[in-house]
Amino acid sequence: MSKLFSDENKAAFTSPLNVNNPVAVQVLGICSALAVTSQLKPAIVMGLSVTVITAFSNVIISLLRKTIPNRIRIIVQLVVVAALVTIVSQLLKAYVYDVSVQLSVYVGLIITNCILMGRLEAFAMQNSPWPSFLDGIGNGLGYAAILVIVGFVRELFGFGTLFGYNVIPQFMYDAGYKNNGMMVMPAMSLIIVGCVIWAHRAYNKEEK
Amino acid sequence: MNPIKKLFDNIHPYVEEGGKFHAFRSLVDGFETFAFVPNTTSRVGSVNIHDAIDSKRIMSLVVIALIPALLFGMYNVGYQNALATGHLADATFWGMFWYGFLAVLPKIVVSYVVGLGIEFVVAQWKNEEIQEGFLVSGILIPMIVPVTCPLWMLAIAVAFSVILAKEIFGGTGMNIFNPALITRAFLFFSYPSAMTGDATVWVAQDTIFGLGYKATDAYTAATPLGEAAQAGFSGFTPETIQNAVTGLIPGCIGETSVIAIALGGLLLLWTGVASWKTMLSVFVGGAATGYLMQSLGLTEIQWYEQLVLGGFAFGAVFMATDPVTSCRTECGKYVYGLLIGFIAVMVRVLNPGYPEGMMLAILLMNLFASLIDYCFVQSNINMRAKRAKIK
Repeated sequence: MSKLFSDENKAAFTSPLNVNNPVAVQVLGICSALAVTSQLKPAIVMGLSVTVITAFSNVIISLLRKTIPNRIRIIVQLVVVAALVTIVSQLLKAYVYDVSVQLSVYVGLIITNCILMGRLEAFAMQNSPWPSFLDGIGNGLGYAAILVIVGFVRELFGFGTLFGYNVIPQFMYDAGYKNNGMMVMPAMSLIIVGCVIWAHRAYNKEEK
Repeated sequence: MNPIKKLFDNIHPYVEEGGKFHAFRSLVDGFETFAFVPNTTSRVGSVNIHDAIDSKRIMSLVVIALIPALLFGMYNVGYQNALATGHLADATFWGMFWYGFLAVLPKIVVSYVVGLGIEFVVAQWKNEEIQEGFLVSGILIPMIVPVTCPLWMLAIAVAFSVILAKEIFGGTGMNIFNPALITRAFLFFSYPSAMTGDATVWVAQDTIFGLGYKATDAYTAATPLGEAAQAGFSGFTPETIQNAVTGLIPGCIGETSVIAIALGGLLLLWTGVASWKTMLSVFVGGAATGYLMQSLGLTEIQWYEQLVLGGFAFGAVFMATDPVTSCRTECGKYVYGLLIGFIAVMVRVLNPGYPEGMMLAILLMNLFASLIDYCFVQSNINMRAKRAKIK
């Protein structure tokens, strides 16, 4: 058991959450981070979908890593990811249909998410299944964390709601407060992601 | 010795390193260099490439050039209020002016307090000299918003633009975009209902300290360009155009009067602060595109009307010529200006969503200014390199 949670395995899980965050440090997966974060709920669902797909594709590729011929490895990886994406997409349609409609093509586009291919190439091809699984979970959650921060700010200031419930009281609107229309636009999420990266770099200054 | 100079000399020991009020060093420094030319500028009379004037003096010149348009804007705020409430006959000149003054003053105060506040904090934090690039932006910002724009929106927008359009690029002189226009763009996209449109934003509707008149019903007044964007429009009356030249039309506070803007523009050209190449080519680009659009039958607006309506003249004179965000190369200035005029009129005519395109045109060309410069510098280098080849 102690081997399961050795320091290396822990690092595989925790490093992508902070110092090696896929969005804030490696600047991967930005397009979906901009597209699906106008509200909190789709942002969370998207983050969880990516976490599940990254984790299990990492495990599958890690199991197959010795049998995959080097020259066609990208195709094999794509097949695995595509299969998982299809499963997740069907599950979302079955259980959370409204969110699945909101996410539209972006669930299907997880297959082109650079975080996935990056982890498969950089980690799963060299490591055994258990660290690969932790690495996938860590990267997925690191990605989800940024999505949730951006989604929170955008929904709060753009719609005045969180998870669809009004949180800005009516007397604020009566006093002349207005929702910020720019927060609803993708342009603003790019600025917020920039601010998150700014804060993240300032916080982790010593580790560079 | 001059008493103000003496005052600063007395304050100095307190704000130096280790002094009691060191936290206010940049504040004192900022006011001192504003009042007196610092010792670090080039001296008059010696041989220097550098000008003896420093940026604070240039900024003050631009602020002076803006004053006619600002004063007229204040008068026009009162005039539009009286016109809207039907009290034009019994309103006095000074009554209208003071009404406008009181309506505009809070915006100027908010813009300066928020903007300069952030600049002072950043200067103190980074231990740098305070940069008064905001002197001009702070007066430009109230002039390019509608008179009814709420102060809290203005404060957020100013903070947004000073931090994200200026300080993170490195402060005054390093910004890619004009901070005043970023403020307006932020307001424009964030709170469209408070910034444009058929709503009641262009005319002040309430009394201020007993001055002015209260509108009994919400009074809607579209800008002439807003009217032109609506269906069934068939050309302006000569009266509208005459009013657009003198400035008695609804619009943003400082942008309406072509005459007042021209006064400021002449001062800028005479002192050499603004480039006549940029200014002229914006007008030429706008006029040519306006003529083209008109002959293609896409719009009923005459080409010369494009130049006097909306923010075109204000943008061309005060925004496009901003030395930081416009082109530096002499040929580049022509390209830059022509494209601004072209895009502004294109947006006005071809985009049904936005009746006015000057802001978007200038911001877009701000983005390309350095690319244009690069092309001209590079082509010059190539030309000279060819000439230097040994045959």
